[in-house]
Amino acid sequence: MALLARILGLGLALAVAIALTPTLVLQEQWLLLVPLWVIVGGLLAVYATGRFVPGKYLLPGTLLLTVFVLVPIVLTAQLSTTNFGDGTRTTKAETVERILAQSFVQTPDTTTYQMTVGTTGSPVTGPFVLYLVDPATDEVLRGDEQGLEPVEGAEVDDAGRVTAAPEGDVELLTPSEVNAASAEVLVVAVPTDGGEIRPVGVSRAIEGTTRVTYDEASDTFIDAEDGTTYTVQADGDRDYYVDAEGERLSEQSWRQGVGLSNYQRIFTDDRISRDFLSIFAWTLIFATVSVLTTFALGLGLAITMNDRRLRGQKVYRAAMIIPYAIPGFISLLVWASFYNTDFGLINDLTGLSVDWFGGTWSARFAVILTNLWMGFPYMFLVCTGALQAIPEDLKEASSLDGASGFAGFRRVTLPLLLVAVAPVLVATFAFNFNNYNTIALLTEGGPFDPANPTAGGTDILISYTIRLAFGAGGAEIGFASAVSMVLFVLTGVIAALQFRATRRLEDVN
Amino acid sequence: MAITPVPGSAPTRSSLPRSRWWREVGWRHVVGVLAVVWALVPVLYIVSASLNPSGSVASTTLVPREVSLVNFRELLTSDSIPFGRWALNTVLVCTVVTLAQLLFSALAAYAFSRFRFQGRRGGLLALLLIQMFPQFLAAVALYTMISSIGDAVPAIGLNTLLGYTLVLMGGALGQVWLIKGFFDTIPLSLDEAAKMDGAGHATTFFRIILPLVRPILAVSGLLVFVSVIAEFLLASIFLTDNNRKTLAVGLYGLIDGDRSNNLGLFAAGAVLTAVPVVALFLWLQRYIVGGITAGGVKG
Repeated sequence: MALLARILGLGLALAVAIALTPTLVLQEQWLLLVPLWVIVGGLLAVYATGRFVPGKYLLPGTLLLTVFVLVPIVLTAQLSTTNFGDGTRTTKAETVERILAQSFVQTPDTTTYQMTVGTTGSPVTGPFVLYLVDPATDEVLRGDEQGLEPVEGAEVDDAGRVTAAPEGDVELLTPSEVNAASAEVLVVAVPTDGGEIRPVGVSRAIEGTTRVTYDEASDTFIDAEDGTTYTVQADGDRDYYVDAEGERLSEQSWRQGVGLSNYQRIFTDDRISRDFLSIFAWTLIFATVSVLTTFALGLGLAITMNDRRLRGQKVYRAAMIIPYAIPGFISLLVWASFYNTDFGLINDLTGLSVDWFGGTWSARFAVILTNLWMGFPYMFLVCTGALQAIPEDLKEASSLDGASGFAGFRRVTLPLLLVAVAPVLVATFAFNFNNYNTIALLTEGGPFDPANPTAGGTDILISYTIRLAFGAGGAEIGFASAVSMVLFVLTGVIAALQFRATRRLEDVN
Repeated sequence: MAITPVPGSAPTRSSLPRSRWWREVGWRHVVGVLAVVWALVPVLYIVSASLNPSGSVASTTLVPREVSLVNFRELLTSDSIPFGRWALNTVLVCTVVTLAQLLFSALAAYAFSRFRFQGRRGGLLALLLIQMFPQFLAAVALYTMISSIGDAVPAIGLNTLLGYTLVLMGGALGQVWLIKGFFDTIPLSLDEAAKMDGAGHATTFFRIILPLVRPILAVSGLLVFVSVIAEFLLASIFLTDNNRKTLAVGLYGLIDGDRSNNLGLFAAGAVLTAVPVVALFLWLQRYIVGGITAGGVKG
């Protein structure tokens, strides 16, 4: 039974890997192909032999952790040394092709061909073949980077679409596939005697010439009409093709390594380092105050409820568990409506008319208050559990020794309780340090200074980073990745320091 | 974990003078009632908003002035809001991720608890540290990774539940510490007895040890389930097609367009989402207190 399961499982893994290999080779995705076989090899080594028994238990989870947590961290580190972002998503070669495609102008009185796209490789990455139908003669031409040649035996429908590929090794793309791959398809240029044929849109192609030509040897663009040359010049961490007057040929730049300059920017660019430091300070305050308030309220309630003479204990506990059980995004969005200035529940109940999210400190107060509501039940449960685990005779002994209620609590119960809950406090701190949801769903980082739309009053480091990476004002993925890496390190250092202060580490055995 | 008073052993209200009762027990009720009000007012507000037919923040009060199920009806029947689909997606993702995380965590926890091997201590500490890092800090890298995987295998690419589920499985070892703590309390003699009877290590694990920790599996399963239901950021990046959304992204879309006026629909969806989860929590309540004290945070 166990043997059968093992053979089936390993066979399946092997079959999947074998089935995927041709596609990956075709798409030249070596970064997927190599890890795939490493994983399969690892599975075989561990499960087909009986050598390292703990490995059989550790491997599945470790693999998932490696692929979906550790590898992305390494990739993030890699991204952080590039200028990747909006306007620099393409490689240099792709950028050159795009600039050429953008400068394409139709030759007057030329034919507009009906175009069908095929591929000899993958419908996603190409290489692509264009079948061109001349609407006047219904002649079918085959075009690719090599040139144009007539083909025989193609089936063409009334609209001028080729419906069956005349060549066996070519697979036709559906219109939606062409759409999905349009960035790659639109740069296909078929050289002709009078210039070249290029696709315009997903179903037509025309003949024309490019306004500029690219000279690979000198890495320059030359304007065919007036002879202006455009050479590569750097602006910040981006390169552009620029003429002698400083005019850019295109706003399109390209992805390249920039070393550690993103990190340098965090700490030396005045505005950014000021933002970074003030956001870091607020992140620490937010996490600390959140832990302290939720712990204080949770502990207070746990002590209050922890008396066996109290009737209805179960009902109180059940009610207090509810905020913890409600999925966080719901609580946050509802609380966000509480702070509405005109109709929100809080101004309604208190008779105030505060614009909560309008001012930095009132917004910060609102964030902390909401986090208190969301977090106190957890602390209440933790403290209740810890209080119940403290032996009754210890408490009795302290009261027999004449310690009054509070003194006994402070000297006997509290130290024991702190030892038990310290790891939870550390974990809660780390959780709040990166508590993206609370900020994003409640205030979206606001309020913002009109002069500085990238850093808001309640932004914590992670919400600031995510906005940099995905924000509307032009994604700066390379820079955001650098901030992410700093955040990784900060979280690790803080967690390690705090764990050192607790006994948890010593208990590892 | 709730302690039920043993009859006669603890002084009850009738056996205490009124003033002493107030000083020692009565005030606890006052605090308790205040705490319940604080805990439940927002919940009451959600329920009230879901019943409020006009659905705006302005017209919503704690106690509904007008009660109607129109929000629920629109939510469940509107063509542009595939609520059933979102709920199904969410249940699928949550179930798969929860089961996988429990199984893989339990397997690893067993290795850490029962075997002695090189790198064991280091591995445990590394797990503790890695858990502190939110996976979505690497969201961009995850996005490019899944998008290139999707080029080769469209079924696990962007905008697929399978791809999203796989990414969440990065947390497969999230419950190791919690479960290991419970394995450690099971005496080794049990394993040895099983071995004497001829059981292999896999049989010992699945047939003997795992059934003994069912309560903690229930608790950690519940915690994972709730954290996956609430996962918002990765879902909003990966799942953009309306029919592929989870409840978190879908409901967010409902309210985000107009936060002042779409409250009713959102609240109706929130109630339908929260009721089963709250019921589960209350049902497993007595295990939860013991479970989370041992470590583990709702993420």
